[in-house]
Parts: sequence; C-alpha cells; structure tokens
Amino acid sequence: MIEATDRVEVLRVEDLRVYFPVKSRGIFPRTVGQIKAVDGVSLSVGQGETLGLVGESGCGKSTTGRAILRLINPTGGHVVINGTEVAGMSRRQLRPVRKQAQMIFQDPYNALNPRHTVGSIIGAPYKIQQIDPPGGARTAVREIMERVGLNPEHVNRYPNEFSGGQRQRIGIARAIALRPKLIICDEPVSALDVSIQAQIINLLQDLQQDFNVSYLFIAHDLAVVRQIAHRVAVMYLGHIVETAPRSVLYSEPMHPYTNALLSAVPIPDPRKQSERERILLGGDLPSPINPPSGCVFHTRCFIAQDRCRTEVPQMRTMAPGHEVACHFPITEPLKGGVIHGPDPGLTAPVPGEPGYWSETVTDLGGVGTSRLDSANSTDEGV
Amino acid sequence: MSAFLEVKDLHVSFPTGDGVVRAVDGLSFRVDKGRTLAIVGESGSGKSVTAQAVLGLLNRNFADITGQVWLDGQDLIAMSDDQVRELRGEAMAMIFQDPMSSLHPFYRIGDQLMEAVRTHHKVSKQEARERAIDALKQVGIPAPERRVDDYPHQLSGGMRQRVMIAMALINSPQLLVADEPTTALDVTVQAQITELMLKLQAETGTTLIIITHDLGVVADMADEVTVMYAGRAVEMGSTDDIYYRPEMPYTLGLLASVPRLDSDLNERLDPIPGNPPSLINLPPGCVFNPRCTFKDEVPGNRCTTERPELLASSAGHLVRCHLDAAQRVAAREAST
Repeated sequence: MIEATDRVEVLRVEDLRVYFPVKSRGIFPRTVGQIKAVDGVSLSVGQGETLGLVGESGCGKSTTGRAILRLINPTGGHVVINGTEVAGMSRRQLRPVRKQAQMIFQDPYNALNPRHTVGSIIGAPYKIQQIDPPGGARTAVREIMERVGLNPEHVNRYPNEFSGGQRQRIGIARAIALRPKLIICDEPVSALDVSIQAQIINLLQDLQQDFNVSYLFIAHDLAVVRQIAHRVAVMYLGHIVETAPRSVLYSEPMHPYTNALLSAVPIPDPRKQSERERILLGGDLPSPINPPSGCVFHTRCFIAQDRCRTEVPQMRTMAPGHEVACHFPITEPLKGGVIHGPDPGLTAPVPGEPGYWSETVTDLGGVGTSRLDSANSTDEGV
Repeated sequence: MSAFLEVKDLHVSFPTGDGVVRAVDGLSFRVDKGRTLAIVGESGSGKSVTAQAVLGLLNRNFADITGQVWLDGQDLIAMSDDQVRELRGEAMAMIFQDPMSSLHPFYRIGDQLMEAVRTHHKVSKQEARERAIDALKQVGIPAPERRVDDYPHQLSGGMRQRVMIAMALINSPQLLVADEPTTALDVTVQAQITELMLKLQAETGTTLIIITHDLGVVADMADEVTVMYAGRAVEMGSTDDIYYRPEMPYTLGLLASVPRLDSDLNERLDPIPGNPPSLINLPPGCVFNPRCTFKDEVPGNRCTTERPELLASSAGHLVRCHLDAAQRVAAREAST
C-alpha cells in the first residue's frame, strides 16, 4: 500500500475498526445493532509529516484519532506508533507510548482543567511520565510557554484568564512538553476566530520545523488542511475514500465525493466564486447504523451506476501516493457550471425507508433511541 | 431607491459587574429593498447584537439601546415591545445559527410552523397546515406531507436548518436576518443552504442581512458588506470594494488570515497579531491600533490618541482609518 521508501513511519494504522453497539431500552438492554463509526481505515504518517484527515461530521475522523491514542478502544485493526503495536496494550503498557503520541483537542475551553494553573497543566506530562527535564520542570514549562507565544510570567494564572487562542496555545504547549513524535490534532483551530486561527496554524507549522514532529491533522475545513498538510485523506461514513499528496488532491481529485467537497468550499473572492464549477450533493450523510450497500457514497453520488449499489469499491492506486476507492474515478476535469447531485427529494430517506434516522433504529427491534456504549470510551488523559 | 432598512447611530451596551460592555458603538447602515447586506466580523465584534437589536430581541432591562432602526418608514426602537412583536415573524424574521436549539424539541415541526402562521393570520388549522407543508416543500424537504409530523430530533442538521428557513419565510417577510445561517452545517450541506437562500431571495425579493464570520459565504451571497470590529463599522462598501479594494488594515488582515483553496500552495498565512480588545476597556484612539501594523505611518500618534471617523473614500465606500489614500494603497499592496 505504501511504497518502501526511506521515510520513517511514525504512525501506521491498518484496517482500524470502531463499532459502537446500539442497545435496546429497558432494564436488560440487548445489543441490537452496531454503529460502524470507523470501518477499515488504513493510513500512515511519516516523520515530520502532516497527514490531513478531512470529512464531514459523523464520518468517523475524530473517532479514528481517538482510537489511535486508545481514548476509545478499537473493535479491531492495528495501530503501530513509532514501531510499537498499541492495539492490544493495557493501560500500564500504554503509558510509555503516550510519551511519543499526544493530542490537541478542539475546544480549548473544555480541554483545560479550570482549577489548575497553566504551569501545572503544561507541567503535568512531566509528572505523569516521571521525567525530570534538564533545568527542572518549572524552567521547562516557562521555556515552552515562551516558545508557543505565551508570556512565561503568566505561569500561575488559570485558564479562564486567557482568551480562546491563548488557551489553544496552552493545549499545544502541553502536547509538545514531552517532545512527542506524533501529535493528533483534532480540529485544533475550528473553534477560533479567523485572525487567531491563522496564528495557531503558523505556530503548528513552526513547531513541526523545530521538533520534527508529525501531525495527524483532523479537520472539516479543507482550506485549513490545504494550508498545513503534506498529504490528505478524505473520509466518508467510516471509510477513507481518497488519499493523495496535497498538491494532487486539491488539483486533481478523483473521488466524486472529494470533488463535491472541494467545490462546496466557498472561495473568498466574489468573481472567482461566481465563475466556479459547483457540484451540489443532494441529501445528508446516511445513518451509519444502516449504511448504504455497495459504495457508501452511492446515495449522494452524481455519477453512480448500478455496480456502485452492489459492489464495495476497493482502494486502488491510481498514481504514486494517490489512492481512490471508487469504481469510476474522475480523471478528466469536470466541466464548468453547476452539476446537481441526485435530487434530495429522491435520495433523502423518507419515513419507512432504510437510512431514515428514527426509522432505522426502530427497524432494529423496537428500539426507541440509539445509545452509545459509554463504557467503550475511556477518559484517561493522554 | 430609498432605504428599506436604515440603522442610525445604534448604541447597545450591557451594564455588568465589571463595567459597561459596549457591544455596538455608533453603528449606522442602510439596506435597499431586495438587496443583501453582509455584516462580517469576529466574535465580540457586535454583529449578532446588531441583528438582535434590529429585530427587538434584546431585553431592555439588561441592554441600553439608543439610536434609530427605520424599517419601511417605522422606527423600531421607539416602538413598544408589543408593536415590535406584531412585526416580527410577519414583516421581519430571523434565521438562527443553531437549528437544534432554535426548534422546540417537544413539538412537531408542523405545529411550530402552524403557530408562526396563526400568530399573524386568522386561518383555520387545516389551512395553516397546508401552508406549513407548502413552506417545507419550498425549502426542499422531501415528502413534506409526512415530514410535517416529525419532531426536530428526527431531522438531520441540514433538514432542521431548512425547517428554520421555512419558518422564517412562511409569512413572506420583507426583511430576513440570518445570523450565521450555515456555520453549524457541514460544507456540502452549507452549499445546499446557500443555494436555497439565494433561490428563495430571487423568488420573493426579500431584503436579506447575513451575519457571518465566513468571508467565503459573503463572497457567494452579498451585494454590500459591512466589516465590524469591536462594536463599530470599520469599513463598508460593495462586495467588490471590500474584496478587491479594501483599505482598512483590519479588513486587509482578515482577508490575509483566511486559508483559501486558490492560494499559492507554499504561501504562509499572514495573521493579524494580538487579540481583540476587551469591550469594557477599549483602547484609546483607533480601536484596532494595538494590532495594526501600519499605525506608525500616521504622524503625530493619531492612531493611539484620536478616534478615526467613518469617512467616504469613494462613492459608497466608507473607511474608518487615519491612513491617507496613498498609504492605504501601499498597505494593500504590502498585504497581498
């Protein structure tokens, strides 16, 4: 799948699956179905490289990130971090791995303990890992704060005294404290204002230069990913549908979903925007409890044919580093104008049909609501 | 053409324990009938408070509001709450950002749509229901005659936003205010909703105000743009003025900060340094001066001592900045 080159792989994920059971109501809940949040995801991240993982809400991108760090226990598959297989490890065994793989969360308000000072938040990784950095933890914390653009004088302040952008800097400082090889960034800039977002993107790029750290950069914003990623993987309904180097993915996308996603992102330029070719997808993301047969994208695809409804497309290498899971990859640039996907009136599930949200759950044997198994996720700190 | 909506010297402030928050500080703008105005700004710029003040949604017990809001010849600020309520939902309506918390979870969407009709019109339940189904059909909801009996939780986010739009448009308002209408939605659904709003506007001729932080959405939809920063308008003009001839350093900074699909692949973003000011304790002089990289070019420290006025730089293009015309051109060239 990935060519043998001299690049050092920091993360390798193979056939990762995360299924959440759907339970019935009542005193003795039975498992009546499964939400296949992540269904056979394979990817790899090289040293000093950023892999962007993009997709819409519910596509499983965040679950993938969390399952890699074992914040959620995967149902199956392999995760190799810096040469160590972590899939079957116990918590105790995981601890040394976490020195090498850290996480930056989306919401800088909830990711920081409001009762801890900034100094103790950023210094916590040293304590947990029982590491004594040269010059002592206090000095190390001050150095990191300075490095991420925080005033080291503020080491004794609490998170509520900082703005959103500064809080995200605190989260980043905590993540780089141990000089990890890999950082999983889960929507790190989507909660921030445009001007602050640009500051944080530049900071992440600078830190990558300085520490040769790899990022798995999870985001829904294709323009942000284009700015920071070297390679990009596009996810839809638990599957990766296309992977390519950044320059290729944004100029010659082959999967119809990637084409639709890119054409949906408005460009802040009124003239270019009015002249662009657009693909309007009909309907919404189908329910992952009852995913469509064949290619999961066929219900919204504008070039779907009969084969797409029955046969699951396999990942195919179309060019070096460019893989697509589609029976009919788009190799010619699409013509100008507006291409409409299937009419939402025809494709959006209606009551009584599979894919209709509330109906699918009742189909599974008198279940009122779907419930995620909370025991499946662990809230252990990274 | 006379202005359909005209806001004159609007001030909205909230007294708090820490001091007075000046959310909107002397804002004036006008929108002509059938046009689309975008109010752009980051969080805390006062754009949502402006929308709420226009629609009379702010509680006067907690907010001090002064100024005038003229809608089709009537001053909304001078009206009683009851009078404004008569207009709201009928002459003017609002689409909110979060479609989940804006629909009542216990009532069927049809009942919620029918309530909007029956509040303003004396019609039978049956007729109101038909109008609700029509409205759902208009916004592209499949099988509306069945969907009308759904509860909000049975709909996806994009469908809910369509219901919100249906509810806002059900009484054919002349003014529609959309506060971040696509922010909570996925990008493919966002494209559907943008297209829908443009189509409906073309059909009904509604005057539209879009409140957003997304410069891409603005490029798609707006005729005119007002850029807000710290409670005031810092630049106003046609969409072309703002995108191709921006003059205020904040607008320049905002455009340079946005990652875009058409930029050079190896170009770094050029962020605005620093953070937005506290609305309780605004900096003296120009409110943007602590983050402005051009303030030293103005002689006599005017940027840090003297509040700039919003002045016309060309017809219809207003800028609040001490830089002179040549300096503005130089600033624009430096940032692109």
